[in-house]
Amino acid sequence: MVAWSDQERSIITSIFSNLDYNDVGPKALIRCLIVYPWTQRYFASFGNLYNADAIKTNPNIQAHGTKILHGLDRAVKNMDDIKTTYAELSVLHSEKLHVDPDNFKLLADCLTIVIAAKMGSGFTPEIQETFQKFLAVVVSALGKQYH
Amino acid sequence: MTSLTAKDKDTVKAFWGKISPKAGAIGADALGRMLVVYPQTKTYFSHWKDMSPGSGPVKKHGATVMAGVADAVAKIDDLTAGLLTLSELHAFKLRVDPANFKILAHNLLLVLAISFPNDFTPEVHVAMDKFLSALALALSEKYR
Repeated sequence: MVAWSDQERSIITSIFSNLDYNDVGPKALIRCLIVYPWTQRYFASFGNLYNADAIKTNPNIQAHGTKILHGLDRAVKNMDDIKTTYAELSVLHSEKLHVDPDNFKLLADCLTIVIAAKMGSGFTPEIQETFQKFLAVVVSALGKQYH
Repeated sequence: MTSLTAKDKDTVKAFWGKISPKAGAIGADALGRMLVVYPQTKTYFSHWKDMSPGSGPVKKHGATVMAGVADAVAKIDDLTAGLLTLSELHAFKLRVDPANFKILAHNLLLVLAISFPNDFTPEVHVAMDKFLSALALALSEKYR
């Protein structure tokens, strides 16, 4: 079980309550697909991903970016047991989607960078530490049901 | 990993033009964050009186590190040869575990995103990430 201080909880809930999901979600996924192009392997059915411009304007990617970000909402609401909260999602990513769990960290890093860019100097080292801790727990939980 | 294309090098050099006036501050910010967010990296700086973000030693060292990165940008066509002395320093004297180069690179990219929210596009991000990986590889050349 992961321990969260009151300050950490408040940092996470604050970030997510001030988030523009339709902007940050797509931006993070787009950045991941461009910076780590091998991650495009999971989106063969999404249409044109041939170059950066195609990726940035692909409506399926836009929708999926928002969807992924909303997927984090349950972790925010259940910070004390993210592992159990995401057990089903982990099975989905392993058995159905066949996503290499190393890729979760790549998307997490892109999300961190997009949020840092949005918050600017407000994204202090302490906030960065808490946010990265949160994403590390999420990433670990998503990888838990891989066998 | 892959080597740098001509386009990567041009992107890095152009973006570096924007970075260089603030390079010291960017380096200090990245280093400060690294020491907070990845406390295991503090083990290399136990000789400093103050490891907190914004402290004297962190500012000074951030500038030192970025001077090294600037040098690497200038020698981007042959990083292995260009960074030979730095590699020997890191291998024989500093003995920094190469895993930490990735950690510092992540923090540098993050600070660049904060400092240049519009210019640090995904295309610039991938070129810089590739460059910092190539830099780290060149720095590890002399390790064994």
